[in-house]
Amino acid sequence: MLAVTALALLKLRNLFAVAMLAGIYSLLSAGLFTALDAVDVAFTEAAVGAGISTILVLGTLALVGHEQKKSTRSSVIPLLVVLVTGSILVYGTFDMPPYGDPGNPAHHHVAPHYLEESAHEIGIPNVVTSVLASYRGYDTMGETTVIFTAMVGVLLLMGGVRKRATSEMASGPASGPSDQELDGEPHQQPDGEEDPDGG
Amino acid sequence: MEDNVILRIGAKILIPFILLFALYVQFHGDYGPGGGFQAGVIFAAAFILYALIFGVDTAKRVLPLRFVWFCGALGVWIFAGVGVVTLVLGGEFLNYNVLRHDPEHGQELGILLVELGVFTTVFGVMVAIFYMFAARRQVR
Repeated sequence: MLAVTALALLKLRNLFAVAMLAGIYSLLSAGLFTALDAVDVAFTEAAVGAGISTILVLGTLALVGHEQKKSTRSSVIPLLVVLVTGSILVYGTFDMPPYGDPGNPAHHHVAPHYLEESAHEIGIPNVVTSVLASYRGYDTMGETTVIFTAMVGVLLLMGGVRKRATSEMASGPASGPSDQELDGEPHQQPDGEEDPDGG
Repeated sequence: MEDNVILRIGAKILIPFILLFALYVQFHGDYGPGGGFQAGVIFAAAFILYALIFGVDTAKRVLPLRFVWFCGALGVWIFAGVGVVTLVLGGEFLNYNVLRHDPEHGQELGILLVELGVFTTVFGVMVAIFYMFAARRQVR
């Protein structure tokens, strides 16, 4: 199913259909993750891959038009690059431990500790949540920061700032970005101290 | 799409349930699949649906762009703020054990707050990005 969808994605030139098929591809992967018992990942894939990103792609299509331009260049060199990279990746997987083997390194490092101790160290039943939010709290904080950074990036590239810059042309183009720093960064220091009142 | 009765009524019926489901996913993350990230995306999806059906300008009256930006930043400092609080209370950065007298309750409280931070950021960022794409379309 996934392969058929991927091939259809390659063949189609109507980008609207491609966006829809990409959403379907995400939904199928979500089904695959569910079959592998990774419900949290499946949930995320369905919400983000099939939901939000499809909407954003459609939003982009409304800006750039629906038809893909016919490429005039020869596709031999790209094909070669893809084949070589693909075979290196497949070669790399030969070194991976066999799927589902209880002796895999992934099952012997920290995973047993998390699975056995989570119930009385953290006290919540969902181990995925306790790993994400507590044992691996730094990583999740990094992720949150990455999402925030994505917003700042899109903000700088698209509309928002430019519109303000044109409306405040008199105050100069540098006013946009500096406004944004005011929105984001300097909040962090004082607010960290204030949090005990809220929590 | 503002004239289509079926879409308008359908969206009006669906949106409260989408919001409620997002909150369920958020607060049930401790027990079942889900958590701040998924809940934030679903919560944002409700507002994006509203914006698609009733127009972005109407949606911006409900949820102003500045507020969404603020949410995006707010979540990160809630997260980092919890870390700073644990530092002040004498633990390591993001060691929730010190938040309450009982380490287990501390962990629960810490996870709740941290998930709230993730939720706020993801929600803000998703809606903000959508707004920016939509605003760009209107310029053309």
